[in-house]
Amino acid sequence: MEIGYYPGCALHGSSNDYEMSVRACLAALGVRLRELDDWICCGATAAHSLNRKLAVALPARNLGLAERDGMHEVLAPCPMCSMQLMKARCLLSADAALQDEISAIVEVEVRGTTRICNLIQIFQQVGYERIRDAAVQRLEACRPACYYGCLLTRPPGVVQFDDCEHPTSMETLLSELGAAPVEWNYKTECCGAGMTMANEATILELGHRILSNAAAHGANCLVVACPMCHVNLDMKQAAVNQRFAAAHDMVVYYLSDLVGLALGLAPAALGIPRHFVVRK
Amino acid sequence: MARIGVFTCWCGENIARNVDVQSVAEQAAHLPGVRCSRVHKYMCSDPGQKLIRDTIAAEQLDGVVIASCSPHMHLKTFRKAAEHTGLNPYLVEMANIREHCSWVHPERARATAKAVDLIRVAVAKVRHNRALEPIQVPVTRKALVIGGGVAGIQAALDIADAGVPVTLVEREPSIGGKMAGLSETFPTLDCSQCILTPRMVEVAQHPNITLYTCSEVEQVAGYVGNFQVTIRKRARYIDIDKCTGCGQCWNVCPSKKTPSEFDYGLGTRTAIYAPFPQAVPARPVIDRDACLRLTKGRCGLCVKKCQAGAIRFEDQDELVGENVGAIIVATGYQLYEIGKPGEPGRIAGYGEYGYGRYPDVISSLQFERLVSASGPTGGEIRRPSDGAIPKTVVFISCVGSRDNAKGLSYCSKICCMVNAKHTMLYKHKVHDGQAHVFYMDIRAGGKNYDEFVRRAIEQDGAHYHRGRVSKITQEDGRLIVRGVDTLAGEPLTIAADLVVLAAAMRPAAGVEELAQKVNVSYDEFGFLCESHPKLRPVETNAAGVFVCGACQGPKDIPESVTQASAAAGKVLLMFSRDRLYREPEIAHVQESACAGCFTCRRGCPYHAIDSAEIRDRQGQLVRRVARVNPGLCMGCGTCVALCLSKSIDLEGSSEQQVYAMVESLR
Repeated sequence: MEIGYYPGCALHGSSNDYEMSVRACLAALGVRLRELDDWICCGATAAHSLNRKLAVALPARNLGLAERDGMHEVLAPCPMCSMQLMKARCLLSADAALQDEISAIVEVEVRGTTRICNLIQIFQQVGYERIRDAAVQRLEACRPACYYGCLLTRPPGVVQFDDCEHPTSMETLLSELGAAPVEWNYKTECCGAGMTMANEATILELGHRILSNAAAHGANCLVVACPMCHVNLDMKQAAVNQRFAAAHDMVVYYLSDLVGLALGLAPAALGIPRHFVVRK
Repeated sequence: MARIGVFTCWCGENIARNVDVQSVAEQAAHLPGVRCSRVHKYMCSDPGQKLIRDTIAAEQLDGVVIASCSPHMHLKTFRKAAEHTGLNPYLVEMANIREHCSWVHPERARATAKAVDLIRVAVAKVRHNRALEPIQVPVTRKALVIGGGVAGIQAALDIADAGVPVTLVEREPSIGGKMAGLSETFPTLDCSQCILTPRMVEVAQHPNITLYTCSEVEQVAGYVGNFQVTIRKRARYIDIDKCTGCGQCWNVCPSKKTPSEFDYGLGTRTAIYAPFPQAVPARPVIDRDACLRLTKGRCGLCVKKCQAGAIRFEDQDELVGENVGAIIVATGYQLYEIGKPGEPGRIAGYGEYGYGRYPDVISSLQFERLVSASGPTGGEIRRPSDGAIPKTVVFISCVGSRDNAKGLSYCSKICCMVNAKHTMLYKHKVHDGQAHVFYMDIRAGGKNYDEFVRRAIEQDGAHYHRGRVSKITQEDGRLIVRGVDTLAGEPLTIAADLVVLAAAMRPAAGVEELAQKVNVSYDEFGFLCESHPKLRPVETNAAGVFVCGACQGPKDIPESVTQASAAAGKVLLMFSRDRLYREPEIAHVQESACAGCFTCRRGCPYHAIDSAEIRDRQGQLVRRVARVNPGLCMGCGTCVALCLSKSIDLEGSSEQQVYAMVESLR
């Protein structure tokens, strides 16, 4: 199976460990990624909080490129990217006038026909059963707290993925692979996201709550499917410990890390040793 | 030569604002076949109707067109007025120049021209109208009530008290419905069982009521006044005539772990059980899925204990036929399934409240059982997880209601009052406890209702927070309720011992299948549709079928009872005559042309088309043709459109009339 691939800025920058993980894991499942040629920024928070048209135009150009290259579906592993792309697609596909206007602005014909999916949806398409059958190692000792954060399921009308307040798709997948996901309270809480630049105190407090709650419910690792969540919970964990005199030692995996490990890939192939909190 | 009168109405300003009524009347006077044209400010008023009557007599009219509002509104009024003068009422037609013209077209000149056209069309039609006589059908003076909750009980008793036999069919082993499980009722806090159980006993003892419990309506055939109903009596495994209801059987039953339906899973019951102490009939039933004898062939302790010899493991479902003249549907409601996936396309709602995961998050009907003296805790409020008395209880309104994203768009109407009642009952039993309510709005419309809510707040000290709850989590054995107080403008977190969710009301399971059996339409949520929301609130679009109670829309006990009596009144009114009169504007098959393809029968939404046999003089079958049952046909015209050989026509809207109407616009 071949699918379009939109890395977005994070996966080509600060979170290139996530890209390594996604690529290795999907390759092992026989999913070929075809990177979108000449992609640009999705606009992220900056565009949609400043200018509504810009917030549509930026992701729309990427959608147009995908349409031009005949891609029916594009994977955007960063939930901010996938949400922005989905939102643009939603608006465009329902409004012919907007299609014309935006096509003129971005100089690419865009109709909003290409489907966008997040990382979990790709695994769903491959099929949980197929992944289970391909797995060579049961994740027996793994008691993950699945952390969806704010964007994977929201806004529900746009992303139309799982139960927005009480998602369970990651738990279902990891249970198939032998892990024992814990029931906990913070799986859709905010990690602070981009606030990490502007107001570190806030994200440290949010991170502390999330890490504490996961540990209190018996988790031995966190699983995320978002580069921003990973930054705030993994890279900032030392700062959280310092700030709150805590001793968090919570490994934070990308979902593709755990699936990759189950498929028998080496941690190094998945970029796991490059995380900040590493299991000794 | 036609002598048609056109009567154009101002409808006060409603029509006259955008339509030049005087000019319309002048133009109408010159239409072919029109004898005279009159106007009146309010044609439906008494002087307006007098104008019509006098003109018909003076001008010897043989056709009338009233240009005013929708025929839904006043066609009957005007036909009756014409009938008084001796004119056949089916020679009266209406041109709708209000809803179809003045209300929607602001441009006066064009609206006036359209009004003239609408009248032109109606005049062309009325020229081809035929005098029709109402259809008479005989009536079986016997009623069927489906559903034995408070609405069904009230309807059955009202009809039976008037001397008319009633068959009451209830799916559960006992009548009583949801009300039988309630503790106290608002706004008077009188005990639900004390007011309901005497009525239940009355049903059981009434000479005019035949009661079928553990039974469902399997099939409904026939038409208004003459329904043939098949009822499936599910195997009860008890001979209720021999059984004395002594209770020895359920005391010895070893299968004790089935969650009690009556306690909404808060308690357990045995496999042979009476649903609750005041059940009517006061007889047990055997749950065939839980009984060891019926599932594994073992046990049989109850048979040994039963001195009356009433236990019959060989019992089978039984089909019973009943002929009735009218049907009342009173199948009630169930609660919205919190946290469970909804119908396809709907987002599963409120999984974040932990219902089903946290034992101390319960629904409001479960709370009723905790407060009720007949409940699993004997009326002491003890939380399900550990039996502790909860000191902080949070009640959440609108769980599923008024939420397009997660649930249902409508207001469930009773929850505001239920919450207020619950906070009071809680405070009366746990004096040092604190009740909190999260609400969107407080909707306490009803006699003594708002006073009741104020009492909950002012006397019994419930804390009301206007806002929604975003999530409920469990930490250190307490439920952490996180929400927002939108009046204070700040987030609010309450550590609670018990959380009660006021889940939305939905129509009872299976109501859609039942509605299809009785040809009653239902809305997108499954609530049954009345034929007019204001003026025909208990009638349906299926003649002879009536609705009452929560199957028609969310409502409380007083409203359900009122509606039930209304439905009973309509049934008795129908039964007050020997024969029923039905509108004659129905379809007719021209049998000589009918090819017998029966496309019409497959398309008829009312199952009104029968297959008739044409035989020669020797009695040999020549062919089969379609024949319309005048008792069932509602005159919708679907068959006319479907008929391939053009051999069906609709009285009052014949093909000839339709063509004439179209021609008149050329």
